[in-house]
Amino acid sequence: MNAAPLLRVDQVAKVYPVPGGRLFAVDGVSFDIWPGEAVALVGESGSGKSTIGRCITHLEPVTSGRIDFMGHETTRMGEGAFRPLRRDVQIVFQDPKLSLNPRLKVRQTLAEPLLLHRVVQPRQLDAVLFDLLEMVSLDRRLLDRRPRELSGGQQQRVAIARAIATRPKLVVLDEPTASVDMSVRQQIIDLLARLKAELHMSYLFITHDLSTARSLCSRTIVLYLGRVVEIGHTVEIFVRPKHPYTRALVSSIPIPDPRTRKERLILPGETPSPMHRVVGCPLVGRCPYQMERCGQDPLPFVFLDPTAAADHAVACILYGPDTQRAPWEAVATPA
Amino acid sequence: MPELPLLDIDRLTIGYTPHHAREPVHVVRDVSFTVGRQEIVGLVGESGSGKTQTARAVLRMTTPPLQPLAGRIVLDGTDLLTLPEQSMRRVRGAKVAMIFQDPRSSLNPLMRIGDQLARVYTSHQRISQRAAWQEAIDMLRRVGIAGPARVARSYPHQLSGGMCQRVMIGLALGIRPALLIADEPTTGLDVTIQAQILELIQQTRAETGASILLITHDLGVIAETCQRVVVMFDGRIVEIATVEELFRNPMHPHTLRLLRATPGTPVSAHKPAETVVEEPGVGLRELAPGHFVLGHKLAQEIAR
Amino acid sequence: MGSLPARDPRIYVGGGILLALIALALIGPHFTSDPLMPDPESILQPPSSAELLGTDNYGRSVLARVVGGAQLDLLIALFAAVLAFVVGSLVGGFTGFAGGFVDDVMMRLVDILQSFPAFLLALGVAAMLGNEIRNVVLAIAVAYCPYFVRIVRGEMLAARVTPYALAARAVGNPPTRVMLYHLLPNCLGPSIVQLTLCLGYSILDAAGLSFLGIGIRPPTAEWGVLVAEGTQYVNSGQWWIAGFPGLAILLAVLCFNLLGDRLREAVRA
Repeated sequence: MNAAPLLRVDQVAKVYPVPGGRLFAVDGVSFDIWPGEAVALVGESGSGKSTIGRCITHLEPVTSGRIDFMGHETTRMGEGAFRPLRRDVQIVFQDPKLSLNPRLKVRQTLAEPLLLHRVVQPRQLDAVLFDLLEMVSLDRRLLDRRPRELSGGQQQRVAIARAIATRPKLVVLDEPTASVDMSVRQQIIDLLARLKAELHMSYLFITHDLSTARSLCSRTIVLYLGRVVEIGHTVEIFVRPKHPYTRALVSSIPIPDPRTRKERLILPGETPSPMHRVVGCPLVGRCPYQMERCGQDPLPFVFLDPTAAADHAVACILYGPDTQRAPWEAVATPA
Repeated sequence: MPELPLLDIDRLTIGYTPHHAREPVHVVRDVSFTVGRQEIVGLVGESGSGKTQTARAVLRMTTPPLQPLAGRIVLDGTDLLTLPEQSMRRVRGAKVAMIFQDPRSSLNPLMRIGDQLARVYTSHQRISQRAAWQEAIDMLRRVGIAGPARVARSYPHQLSGGMCQRVMIGLALGIRPALLIADEPTTGLDVTIQAQILELIQQTRAETGASILLITHDLGVIAETCQRVVVMFDGRIVEIATVEELFRNPMHPHTLRLLRATPGTPVSAHKPAETVVEEPGVGLRELAPGHFVLGHKLAQEIAR
Repeated sequence: MGSLPARDPRIYVGGGILLALIALALIGPHFTSDPLMPDPESILQPPSSAELLGTDNYGRSVLARVVGGAQLDLLIALFAAVLAFVVGSLVGGFTGFAGGFVDDVMMRLVDILQSFPAFLLALGVAAMLGNEIRNVVLAIAVAYCPYFVRIVRGEMLAARVTPYALAARAVGNPPTRVMLYHLLPNCLGPSIVQLTLCLGYSILDAAGLSFLGIGIRPPTAEWGVLVAEGTQYVNSGQWWIAGFPGLAILLAVLCFNLLGDRLREAVRA
């Protein structure tokens, strides 16, 4: 039983100075990821999900808050100090056409992390590369091709191979199937599931599409306007969503089955601009259940009865008295 | 006696003849289907299946150098392909309206939203500028835009994608068309906004009695909004059926592939269709009432 | 790179001239007489079957001198342009990647250098350094360096924010390796075009400097020197002494311009 989580994100905020003011991309997000678990970070545009992914992989500095990875506090580390840790945390980007260096052959792209982190001796390189390609179900003849000679699905597999080459403990996946043809999406998800089982990795799966997260991730974090609104087991979130935004999100997913006619919760209006820091609940103005208390700080964060719906927390006053505890303090280690 | 469909596309072929080639290249071949009055028909297929060009052909706005090479497009009794451009322009503005995938690129970036809407009204009715402006604000409110007066004074770049799409729908509605063609109207929008837009489209149909041809690659959208579905692949129609029938009993292999690639489709879609066998060279055959399949026949031969 | 017709006359004409010039420079000297050898017997002879391009006021073969000049001018242009390209690209890549204060300072420096016309700048530098070949090369390189800095910096600013740049960082590359190994090679496309054009202008500049007496000095055979020597005889009718080297300069610059033009369109396509 592990005592400490693999990744702990604690009240992380990210603010960008932009012409016209400040953009509050992430506003106090906290969650944990444990070894071997896949967690989905779900949100629509403006939710801050990609920003969190970049903060975790030290591609962007946080404005405030703390991130602990494998026991080290990474938020105050410099680029050089963090670099050895990159062996254990990798990222797969959304569009493989853009995330692979167009000049490099697949061989060079994949060899790079292996050589940089000294995972292999140069003479073992070829054998390891063959092995790597086989893991992502790619033919070894593709080693000498360049990205433009590969299909979208193949390119994304190369990007995934690059990410798992050093056998990282955590892989951040930023919308990995969004730029890939529909017919190939499921294959990529299946591949990711298989790799996770084989290599005992954790995933942070960033997506706007709940249904892609469903088959892969055991837990889901729902973001709205840079805040966590709900966090819990994926199935539970799907079947019994609690927060009004989560309910709207889940009910908005078009179901490809004409027999199901579901009750839709459609929120009026649009996501407000992240240029103004919202006091109280970010859903104020769109929520059909809002009350006066909702417009006041601090945001309630309610833990639902652990015995009934385990490890489920909602940032909504509808679900109980105000509690202001760190999300992980009451959450048991997921199975 | 069934009433005549609003739109009857008959053996439409779209293509072009490249330089130095003797044979034309076809991107859409022999496409025939109908859209009834007040009906929502979905046109679904992968990218490259020809669905967008088919829809644009109704407005005679296929992407150059593509153009209709054969067939008829009959709207309310008139073959649109034989109309002179002048008359076609009147059809475009009055009877058929189209909304496109990227709403911002279809709006004039240099005109205020209110002006663009008002223009539609003044060109179709004899009303003053002021009255047209008021109608524009009214329309913006009807499509669910908060603060319509302010939005009317704004420019397209100041609005979000979802708002622009609503404006497009408003523009299309301002024409009060008999047929609304929506080409991937929700692709690229957040899913909660997508739900709003689809609801709006349904509402529109209820209010104005327009027929809708909805083009999409998303089977979920089809299942939720459409009454009948036309499945295209590689420029040809492979299957036509009601939406319930298509999901319950898909027959063509391409339709099956499409359904299988989408998570959440009914289980029976995952089994290969046992009821049909291939019959190459044959066109669309009605294998069940209202259910047409390309190049296949029923396993148990039924004399037709 | 393929949507332009391959049968572009620019490739044939430009390429043909270039090949001819290179051939002239490489093997020409074996077939001609000594460009420095005077021959008092045949001064100021017009082009004939014996001397294809005539002789100058010292009886030296104009053909031999033009050929010798080809070697020198092409070499000067090559070194100067390549030097400007290499230094300029590295500086441009570095400053574009670094951004911030370093970038601001560097760009002001580039602005200052570019406020002078290239030839005048080369003139100033060459005058300061002296009349050796090495200094001519340096002067021209200094004059053209800022162009490369600007071009590569522009490309680098765009490349720096691409997903693959971010991915290179995420994989564990230190910033220098990200810049040099991943980004810089992808930023060189437009500057290759500039390099081709630069070769042509360098020849012109080298000839110009020598013509004015700031570059190569007589009796060394260099096209600019030849033109300078022959100018005074044009009025008296001996046009070939300045005419042929002048033609050589024209052809050289033309061929690089044609090729550079075609290359630019190919890179853009």
